[in-house]
Amino acid sequence: MAKRSAPEVNAGSMADIAFLLLIFFLVTTTIETDSGLNRKLPPIEDIEDPPIIKQKNIFTVVVNKNNQLLAEEELTDISDLRALAVEFLDNGGGEGEEACDYCQGPGDSKSSDNPDKAIISLKNDRETSYKVYIAVQNELVAAYNELRDREFSRLFPNEGMSFVEANKKYSDPRTSPEEKLRLKPKLSEVKLLFPQKLSEAEPSKTN
Amino acid sequence: MSKFKKKKGGDLPAISTASLPDIVFMLLFFFMVATVMRDSTLMVKNQLPAADQIQKLDKKDRVMYIYAGEPSSRYADKYGTQARIQLNDKFATVSEVGAFVLSERASKRQELQNVLTTALKVDGDTKMGLISDIKQELRKVNALKINYTTRVGDFAQNID
Repeated sequence: MAKRSAPEVNAGSMADIAFLLLIFFLVTTTIETDSGLNRKLPPIEDIEDPPIIKQKNIFTVVVNKNNQLLAEEELTDISDLRALAVEFLDNGGGEGEEACDYCQGPGDSKSSDNPDKAIISLKNDRETSYKVYIAVQNELVAAYNELRDREFSRLFPNEGMSFVEANKKYSDPRTSPEEKLRLKPKLSEVKLLFPQKLSEAEPSKTN
Repeated sequence: MSKFKKKKGGDLPAISTASLPDIVFMLLFFFMVATVMRDSTLMVKNQLPAADQIQKLDKKDRVMYIYAGEPSSRYADKYGTQARIQLNDKFATVSEVGAFVLSERASKRQELQNVLTTALKVDGDTKMGLISDIKQELRKVNALKINYTTRVGDFAQNID
């Protein structure tokens, strides 16, 4: 018998197999881009004797069932909400011990004493649409972020980034532990200047 | 004369496709690496609202997902069009949320049990009543860290 060389395997269908796999992964893939608004719910225990809060230190935001926005009992457009919240938080109308030396607001005695006292109260109806609720939440968080950014760049101009960027860097798992340790006190200092006091009432029932 | 003729003759050489598998494999590996398998099939409409003041969600193993929204068209004739909650692969009622959170929490590693975040993936057209009920359930089981999962976008997209 003549010696036959082994026949070469035809690799022409390799591309087909690879395509098949590729299409499978393409279809099952969701390149996750999960991000959103982080919030913390209040614990359920009832506080006895709730602390008395002055009316002027509360900024009430109500979204009714027709998705209309009421800020301090006035019909407002959502695009104006951020500026209104900033003005309220940054007012600094307190005197003596309650004075706020970093606030740049008008110091109106009818508005909040200082950012530590200022509370934004958000109330929604059961019929409110989630989209609108998120838009309102987004704007309120934006107001806090705006003020924190301002304070961060005032206190730490050498960082060359804003509070939001620094916070993002801090929560990024790729950031080195030393860098995190360095950023942490700065972040918490700014957070203390403008603490996020966003209270959510339980929704009102519609009859 | 034949000297010159020679050049004119002959067709275009066929393009070699030998490297095609390599290219495809390269793409394949990219998608394999970038893929996160969808762990539950969505049974609800899930058009997330837009927000721009967002933070990235924690690592995947620290997150549990609660979906809510109208049942998608495939399930609409069976479950109606009232917004519902989806936990894992099935529809659930509000009262089941607590048990779900507890069982999810028990399935995680000890050191992660206290840092879990609940991601609420809720359709934009859902009414807040359902979400308030979910939040109330979460408070009952002390799962206080939540994340309203959103799309990246301007808030104005939410208002129509």
